[in-house]
Amino acid sequence: MSDTIFALATAKGRAGVAVLRLSGPRAPVIAEALVGGDLPASGRSLRLVRDREGRVLDEALVLTFEKGASFTGEAVVELQCHGSPAVAAAILRALSDDGRGRLAEPGEFTRRALENGRLDLAQVEGLADLIEAETESQRRQAMRVMQGALGARVEAWRRDLIRAVSLIEATIDFADEDIPVDVSPEVLDLIDRTLADLQKEIAGSFAAERIRDGFEVAIVGAPNAGKSTLLNVLAGRDAAITSEIAGTTRDVIEVRMDLGGLAVTLLDTAGLRETEDTIERIGVQRALDRARLADVRLFLTEDGSVSGLGLTPEPGDIVVRSKADKGGAGRESSISAKTGQGIDNIIKKITGELIQRSAGAQNAIRERHRVAMERAVTYLTAARELVLSGPDVSELAAAELHEGIAALNSLIGRVDVEDLLDEIFASFCLGK
Amino acid sequence: MKHYDVIVIGGGHAGADAAQAAWRMGARTALVTHAFAKIGEMSCNPAIGGLGKGHLVREIDALDGVMGRVADQAGIQFRLLNRKKGPAVQGPRAQADRALYRAAMQREFTGRDGLEVIEAEVADLIVRAGRCEGVVLGDGAQITSGAVVLTTGTFLRGVIHIGNQRTAGGRMGDNPSVKLAERMDTFGLPMGRLKTGTPPRLDGRTINWEILNSQPGDADPVLFSFLSQAPVARQVSCGITHTNEKTHEIIEKNLSRSAMYGGHIDGVGPRYCPSIEDKVVRFADKSSHQVFLEPEGLEDHTVYPNGISTSLPVDVQEAYVKSIVGLEDVTILQPGYAIEYDYVDPRALRHTLELKDVPGLYLAGQINGTTGYEEAAAQGLVAGLNAAAAVQGKAPVRFDRAEAYIGVMIDDLVTRGVSEPYRMFTSRAEYRLSLRADNADQRLTPVGLALGCVRPDRRASFEAKMEKLEQARALFSDLSLTPNEAAKSGIKVNQDGVRRSAMEFLGFRDVDAAKLAQVWPQLSDLDAGIVRQVERDAIYAGFIERQSADVAAMRRDEGLIIPEALDYRGISGLSNELRQKLSKVRPATLGQAGRIDGMTPAALALILAKIRQSTAKRRA
Repeated sequence: MSDTIFALATAKGRAGVAVLRLSGPRAPVIAEALVGGDLPASGRSLRLVRDREGRVLDEALVLTFEKGASFTGEAVVELQCHGSPAVAAAILRALSDDGRGRLAEPGEFTRRALENGRLDLAQVEGLADLIEAETESQRRQAMRVMQGALGARVEAWRRDLIRAVSLIEATIDFADEDIPVDVSPEVLDLIDRTLADLQKEIAGSFAAERIRDGFEVAIVGAPNAGKSTLLNVLAGRDAAITSEIAGTTRDVIEVRMDLGGLAVTLLDTAGLRETEDTIERIGVQRALDRARLADVRLFLTEDGSVSGLGLTPEPGDIVVRSKADKGGAGRESSISAKTGQGIDNIIKKITGELIQRSAGAQNAIRERHRVAMERAVTYLTAARELVLSGPDVSELAAAELHEGIAALNSLIGRVDVEDLLDEIFASFCLGK
Repeated sequence: MKHYDVIVIGGGHAGADAAQAAWRMGARTALVTHAFAKIGEMSCNPAIGGLGKGHLVREIDALDGVMGRVADQAGIQFRLLNRKKGPAVQGPRAQADRALYRAAMQREFTGRDGLEVIEAEVADLIVRAGRCEGVVLGDGAQITSGAVVLTTGTFLRGVIHIGNQRTAGGRMGDNPSVKLAERMDTFGLPMGRLKTGTPPRLDGRTINWEILNSQPGDADPVLFSFLSQAPVARQVSCGITHTNEKTHEIIEKNLSRSAMYGGHIDGVGPRYCPSIEDKVVRFADKSSHQVFLEPEGLEDHTVYPNGISTSLPVDVQEAYVKSIVGLEDVTILQPGYAIEYDYVDPRALRHTLELKDVPGLYLAGQINGTTGYEEAAAQGLVAGLNAAAAVQGKAPVRFDRAEAYIGVMIDDLVTRGVSEPYRMFTSRAEYRLSLRADNADQRLTPVGLALGCVRPDRRASFEAKMEKLEQARALFSDLSLTPNEAAKSGIKVNQDGVRRSAMEFLGFRDVDAAKLAQVWPQLSDLDAGIVRQVERDAIYAGFIERQSADVAAMRRDEGLIIPEALDYRGISGLSNELRQKLSKVRPATLGQAGRIDGMTPAALALILAKIRQSTAKRRA
């Protein structure tokens, strides 16, 4: 039986409608679990899509196609949901959490259609462009990972896993040669290091939690810059106490809200300044910590200067001048929370920035990679157990390690037997 | 003019198994070689098998090939490598008596109806309209055939190096095949140059064995052939000694006089079989290297010192050898040398080992860039089977990567090519847990029976074994325990209420058949060998089950045939790099295309689209 695959079938990013397509023998049961009830073998229905915890993700038009009467020739379910990247990402995540299907490779739907003879010649002619576009976006994704903070870690994983497997393979394939019998201390060290890193990566900022639970936008600035006032205007209620007294806000105040279709948590933080007040100093430290971790920092300044805050804007951060009602009005990046001037503009700026981040391939890349890392953790954990049980089962330890590496293919690239042999021959003097 | 179905050129390990395979298929076969007396010559080390290699020998045997049986006849020390590890990575190995090996191999070529040996030099190939249809002998005589298998080993432009001396030759004492090399040139094949080396051969009577450690064979020898029971020849031990700092100093001082380090050799040597010069240079921090002293035969005093192959001049060889403990007074019978030779880029071959551009001509062995007797014999087998099948109008014979090490090797060669002499390792087989030496017969003998290359005696013994195995499996599957009962019998198991069969318990790491026989005494009535086989199968059952989806996906892609004439330039969306690689390899299936270095899923979809398009057009 072939795998059931799924992917976002429409262009990524914001659009009116996003289509998620599932194809394969288990497509109907996976979809039924998602919408909580039977679906017609063929037809359409309007359903609520929920995740495993029962939270409603969206309302979607569900189209079902029977085997032999679909684009791919297999049983197909299409979920037409609202075109927000966050919604699509949340549904993709729910689909991979289900565990019975997997994310499709680029061109895989097309490939199945071809294998099942579902495309005519004219359609085949047009495929090249489609696949080329997909490949290009994959390539860009890969580059983005490698250039990002994750890049160096991915390199290290690859190096460590190749080393670990090659050590075991050396004791297997060169058993009659002059090599150490017990390589397990180094192998364990390499596996542990990778496992710890992977687990951190899964749990941390890289996880898709961000998309499901929303982005964090921290409002930062000097004391009394009007941060709390802005928060209240954006939230549409008095969430934070405002006063003329600098340093009113001590703790970090969080407000969850929908900003242009995206789940956003706004953080109001203590004004950044040197202070003798112990409690305020703790507040400032907290503000700095949270602000650094936030996805976007909104710098609010009265005079346009961001120096002396202990925090510098990163690419994508937004700097605006506050209290436009008090002068300096008319500038695009000026706002007045009091008069509402420039508020729409600032919402547009924030959402623009967040959509750019959630859009494009990054959701998929995160989801794909999160799944890959979770599978790798399972295999590496099994490998670890086997390495601990001694060299008698080294072929099984190697098998698990190879599976772990295969799971990480999308991140670290394919590890070829030649990579292992290179490592073996560089490390041991072989050839009796 | 004489005519045969299949002519095999060369009487080495590839040639021998090629001719035998073609003959077993019922093809009238001639083996052309310089001298009958040299058939089965072991020109390098006197050993057969090892890890990966032992697997190949078992597979050759399962298809009724000769190498395993001959090695068992000649074996003077049997060791099962990795005996303490799992059965998937255990490899049988034997030291062989060279004279016994030759004699046993030559017996396989004696008195066989339809299998002839022609003692002659092959001067040229008969090529008509691009097709190879026979050979021209040294005396000008022509012999025609339906197919030709060429197994020239290191003889294509072979050059032997000892220090700065170079001699043309395919093996010490033999002439290279110059004319054949010229004929090969006319085919315009992609060629390359490789090198390999041998150590000096020593006179065993001048070795001080008393002071050396020795390595005996296994007390309970494991043989190669599924038909063999016990060793035939007297069993002996090997000696072990080590190089030392003095040895390394001598070598270092004379490096510039080594053919390799003196810049006389361009060919690429194998990294897993480095010369002693290489070892000293590349692993300078190691002050000692192991040397195995392998006897070349029971009646032969020659000793093969495994681990010190060299291309240093004779006087330096003398000096460094004598610096080694136990070899102080040794006499060198034949100096070590390096040999450089031409090989054909195996990407020019089909999986049948037929040259894509020269129908009727099959290549096997070192000419394809491999090293080792076992690799050569396995290719010989495949070339012989296919040459015969082609002549008989039968379908090509192909082994896939989930079926046999033979399949892994051939697929690696024709898909990836080689960058150094190719040697089999178990780590090359991604389905290693299913491709075991112990189940080679279960995997391949049925295939051989269907092909018609397995003779009646093996059929009978195989069928008898399988019947017993089936009965034992049925018994192990029928007997079962609840977790509670199991715990009472001392078997640790999850108390999940799930009944498990004896077969499933056998898959537990701490349960073996002996333990289960305490629960079910009837199990001890089963044949011990059969029970061991059931155990081996059970150990990996879970892993193999997990791999089955991968295997199914692989086989699906192997079933998607790419038309040979497919023009990759005509596929838009493919990168130039992939286009070039694809044009070079000309993969036979989508599966093979997927194994080309750098291939992407998207590119495969494009190729598939193109295949569909061209089949649709043909139909239209």
